[in-house]
Amino acid sequence: MSLITHHEVPIPGTYMFDGRAAMKGYALNKMCYSFNNAENRAEFKNDEDAYCTKYGLNDEQRKAIHERNVLAMIHAGGCIYYLAKFAGIFGLNVQEIGAQQTGMTLEAFRQKLKDQGE
Amino acid sequence: MARVVGGLTTSHIPAIGNAVPREKELANDPYWKPFFAAYPPARAWLQKMNPDVAVVIYNDHGLNFFLDKMPTFAIGAAARYENADEGWGIPKTPPYQGDPELSWHIIESLVADEFDITSCQEMLVDHGFTVPMSLFWPGNSYGGIKTVPVCINTVQHPLPSPLRCFKLGQAIGRAIESYPKDLKVVVLGTGGMSHQLDGERAGFINKKFDLLCLDKLVNEPEFLTKYSIHELVREAGAQGAEFILWLAMRGVLHGHVTKIHSSYHIAVSNTATGLLVLENAA
Ligand SMILES: [Fe+2]
Repeated sequence: MSLITHHEVPIPGTYMFDGRAAMKGYALNKMCYSFNNAENRAEFKNDEDAYCTKYGLNDEQRKAIHERNVLAMIHAGGCIYYLAKFAGIFGLNVQEIGAQQTGMTLEAFRQKLKDQGE
Repeated sequence: MARVVGGLTTSHIPAIGNAVPREKELANDPYWKPFFAAYPPARAWLQKMNPDVAVVIYNDHGLNFFLDKMPTFAIGAAARYENADEGWGIPKTPPYQGDPELSWHIIESLVADEFDITSCQEMLVDHGFTVPMSLFWPGNSYGGIKTVPVCINTVQHPLPSPLRCFKLGQAIGRAIESYPKDLKVVVLGTGGMSHQLDGERAGFINKKFDLLCLDKLVNEPEFLTKYSIHELVREAGAQGAEFILWLAMRGVLHGHVTKIHSSYHIAVSNTATGLLVLENAA
């Protein structure tokens, strides 16, 4: 039978969003979940700091949000499904987020996707 | 008695939700052409089978469920399901008809079968549910079909194992077959195939593994139930673990399964897309 995930050999560059991460990132993810609502998106855009305070983000999470740094958000407990809603506010799609996290240009990232089909 | 006529699997990428209303104008677009070209045979098969109900096995990506309450298995029991704003602006789709009587029959049967289910009398359905419906019923022509949403947690680990999801599907199959009304039921498994959105491994795709899955799912699904979630994430990527939804779909098909159509394409958005049409004979 399979064992609990964090006892397994880690997969490089891959983060299991488990209970530990879900606890750590709760405030950040809750804020991003609120972006399902257009009024909340507008409120965030109007005053980012106040919005982060309203949701109780810690310093690490605030910094990651401020810098639009997706990897830092993940390290701060962010879950990509909710973070995608944050990225959506800035019109960033998952390819652009992928390029950012892998340190590639968008063109190179797209080429990498394509090449895996050969 | 109700009868499962077959199953369909498809990717449910949000980008498709944006493209699908423009399918005609994108027919010769080099990016979209190979993707959309795969769907007419699936639609033709659906039209021929003319099902009354679609059981849609999908995952929610943070529209209906948040981390405050995260059910492993949730089933809709509403007369109607709505889509809503997910934050990044794919067009909202028209509402979906439910079948509360069949939903409760499935829920009761599953709990009797030792699957502990969260029943939902209100449930928003996100792109995991809506994109496949728009793909299989072009122009959102799903008005005549009733739906039963089955939502499996793929957001927060621990996720239910591939074996557990396959067994859930088998139990759903038994539930449908014990339903006294004469209904033709089609089952959808959505999501996949290999993809990873987050981390330094973002953009990971594994064609070899996807093709193995597409092949084994038809006649040897038990082979795929031997994977752990961790192994599935390693082979298919962090979000490729959505393949458990396909395995649940396959579990529902108890009879003699014939492959009608399949397709595989790299890539739409960050994802290898897959399509499979399986007919289920008694
Ligand atoms: Fe998904």
